[in-house]
Amino acid sequence: MSDSGDDKSGAAIAVRGLRRSFGQQQVLNGVELDCPRGQITTIVGPSGCGKTVLLKHLNLLLRPDAGQILVDGVDVTRVGSRALDAVREKFGMLFQGGALFDSMTVFENVAFPLVEKTRLRRPEIAERVHEMLAQVGLEGMDRKYPSELSGGMQKRAALARALIRRPKILMLDEPTTGLDPTRTSAIHELVRHTQQQFELTAVMVSHDVPQVFEYSDRVAFMHLGRIDLAGTVSEVMKADNENFKRFLAGRAAGEDERPPSQVLAAPGR
Amino acid sequence: MLLVRTIELLGAHVTDGITALGNFVLFLTTAAAYVVLPPYKPRLLIRQVRTIGADSLFLVGLIGLFTGMVLGLQGYNTLRRFGSEGALGTVVALVLVRELGPVLAALMVTARAGSAMAAELGSMQATEQIDALSVMAINPVQYLVSPRVLAGVIAFPLLTSIFDLIGIWGGWAVGVGLMGAPSGPFFNGIAQNMSSHDIATGLYKALVFGLVVMWVCCYKGYHAARMATGVSRATTEAVVLSSVLILVWDYFMTSILL
Repeated sequence: MSDSGDDKSGAAIAVRGLRRSFGQQQVLNGVELDCPRGQITTIVGPSGCGKTVLLKHLNLLLRPDAGQILVDGVDVTRVGSRALDAVREKFGMLFQGGALFDSMTVFENVAFPLVEKTRLRRPEIAERVHEMLAQVGLEGMDRKYPSELSGGMQKRAALARALIRRPKILMLDEPTTGLDPTRTSAIHELVRHTQQQFELTAVMVSHDVPQVFEYSDRVAFMHLGRIDLAGTVSEVMKADNENFKRFLAGRAAGEDERPPSQVLAAPGR
Repeated sequence: MLLVRTIELLGAHVTDGITALGNFVLFLTTAAAYVVLPPYKPRLLIRQVRTIGADSLFLVGLIGLFTGMVLGLQGYNTLRRFGSEGALGTVVALVLVRELGPVLAALMVTARAGSAMAAELGSMQATEQIDALSVMAINPVQYLVSPRVLAGVIAFPLLTSIFDLIGIWGGWAVGVGLMGAPSGPFFNGIAQNMSSHDIATGLYKALVFGLVVMWVCCYKGYHAARMATGVSRATTEAVVLSSVLILVWDYFMTSILL
């Protein structure tokens, strides 16, 4: 277990038999998933298939009814609240709407994890924040409030905040929701670029099918609470899976668009 | 079959109710525990005391003034019938300090700060800002709720004291200044008849109301449904439940502290 952190070939996150139900509804029904180190694994699937719920289990916002989530070989579903903090330090999370604190400026938002969770001094924090803002293309925006930024800029700021503590694993929940096609590819490129630069393991939930495949290493197709199909992008595209083909065809026809009210409604509540 | 279904439904309602009540109590105990546990965040506390306390000062002062004024008017007219205008000061002060001060100040702060708090936490929940705190390994109850509850406990008695003082002055201005009640007995009566127990009773009430209002408003906001209507519903429920609890608790506290 101790050397698993150096194991470049192994899965950074491995999900085994994950189950979770809300009331009568079985949302996760035995999920099996491997997210290899240093790659982008994209989870796609029709809405309501449990993608977001799965992601909320991966970042430990929800606890499963059964099953394991192994992060670097350690089952994190059973760690206590103290050890949880240590596990969470490995994670950066980009939320669907950005989830920037709207009472704080961009600078304060990005600096927040450092201010709250490290003992770094002010000048050091400022330096790192400015460096990170430059990285995501938001130089000079540090004094703006989230409400003064466009949707794309908010996502960039949120990405900067997710990366500021240099996590090993980055999770992205529909990072391009609500963006136009130009901004969508800009965000995808930024995600790809930072993932490669920081050698991150990334898990992304996306509805930008098939555009997102261009920026992914692996794809996992989720259907009715399970991973129905998983593999590298070319493997998945060649696979003979009826559900996946139907999903892709539906996407192309513009079917299955979520009504806006459902974007706010969390499936996890 | 119908009977089984009815019993099932009844049972579900009862267990739901008990679970909700349990969560409600657990929420407060967690928040209270984090008041005591480090790390301490005085900056957050001071900001909340300002939001709940200093920013409500004008409103509380205004309502205090008019409450005192109407007490002066009504009190003078009633007492004159018995020829005891001299007791006006005692009546105004006791009514304000023991009863109206804590209750009305609490209701005003609920309307102003409590509703804002429920709406703020509700929209933070809706936009996943609360989840964002959890993911950053920051306990959202400790970061968001504990400072607000503690700030309520600090600010409510202070606001109540200010309400009382301004109210007494308002009663004096109308009763003595306008209606012509004797000024000397007004203040003399207060000094002679008001005990420290009266003052303590009012402040205890304010303290408990502060706790209850912040508890309810934070709980409702924190657990708002993640929909556009979720925030508005949480805000309404927070204000209604807080107001009801203030008045119900007021009766019980009065009967205990009397």
